[in-house]
Amino acid sequence: MENLEFNYPSANRQVTGRSHVGVAGSGDMELLMQPSETSEAHVSVLTSVNGFGHAWKAVMDRFFSKYDGAVRIEINDAGATPGIVMLRLEQAVEALGK
Amino acid sequence: MTTTDGVIEAPAFVRRNTFIELNARARAQSLMDPGSWRELVGPFDRIQSPWLAAQNIAPQFDDGCVVLKGKIAGKSVVVIALDGGFQAGSMGEVSGAKMATALDLAAADSEHGKQTAAVLLLETGGVRLQEANLGLAVIAEIISSVLRLRQYAPVITVISGTVGCFGGMSLVAGLSSYVIMTPEARLGLNGAEVIEQESGIDEFESSDRDLIWAIDGGEQRVGMGVADLLVNDDSGEIAAGVRRFLNSEPPRVYRSQQVDLYRERIAALDTSAQIDPHSIREAWGRKEGAR
Repeated sequence: MENLEFNYPSANRQVTGRSHVGVAGSGDMELLMQPSETSEAHVSVLTSVNGFGHAWKAVMDRFFSKYDGAVRIEINDAGATPGIVMLRLEQAVEALGK
Repeated sequence: MTTTDGVIEAPAFVRRNTFIELNARARAQSLMDPGSWRELVGPFDRIQSPWLAAQNIAPQFDDGCVVLKGKIAGKSVVVIALDGGFQAGSMGEVSGAKMATALDLAAADSEHGKQTAAVLLLETGGVRLQEANLGLAVIAEIISSVLRLRQYAPVITVISGTVGCFGGMSLVAGLSSYVIMTPEARLGLNGAEVIEQESGIDEFESSDRDLIWAIDGGEQRVGMGVADLLVNDDSGEIAAGVRRFLNSEPPRVYRSQQVDLYRERIAALDTSAQIDPHSIREAWGRKEGAR
């Protein structure tokens, strides 16, 4: 198991609502998204696959290069590929607006 | 399929409102009166299994058990749905405690004059082996909670598939007031792979899907009288089945009270030749006075 934390100070737009997407099943992940308690975005990942911190950082960097919401993201990961991670992030943003 | 004005119309099996393809939360919501439900101990409460991460398995924020309190056709119900996508819907300390407590709250409400039924959407392989004795203990708690509640209000189990309902949770299905299944669903104490592993491939071949469904499948289980209603994988049909049983009188005699009947039936089986599923249906199928 590995715990990864990321902060994105540039993501400081206030958001409302919360969303829950995905499932912690093989090759997939579960994600909670809600407004951050601080003025920046915070990501916390618990993954069952060790040694992929650089890949997680690359996906998160790319996501937050386009998204500016000050969100708190918590992820339970059971081996999602980077493509699935991005899909779940986008799905959570979409669900947040509803 | 093309209609006369040239519009292409999908066949009925495509147009159907599938239940199986919904996740646990959406399944529960699809059965309930719109806007009537609220979730108890949801994912944002973050009550997760404390045991899985220690074994290098990702936990889930709701531990794979969704509890919605609300109404179906105006009647007070609690709908408890297991998420087959997470650890095959297995029952751990947290998911089991959620189910048992929800059933106990429904029983307490019912005892105080506010009848509250339970609908269990079971997609589960039974006890979560990673939580060992705690998993076994919660099954016992759920069983005692079902026995308490069913005196006051119906406990309706729906097994839609595709995981099916096995292990200790098959006992919970067996103790329910009513069981609804689809042809895709399976119900059994031991799953096919466990039987093959323990007793050999001659006993039960776990790769033979026709054989597995002929024995564990919804058509056979309803046909032999251990489940009550066979419906298609359609949210409307499943919801109609649930409403029908919500409005039914409790069973005159529960299957779990018919120990002598089932003992006699098993004793009467002729094991000198291979018994086929059809003959069990013929011999055990719903007859007058059976229930």
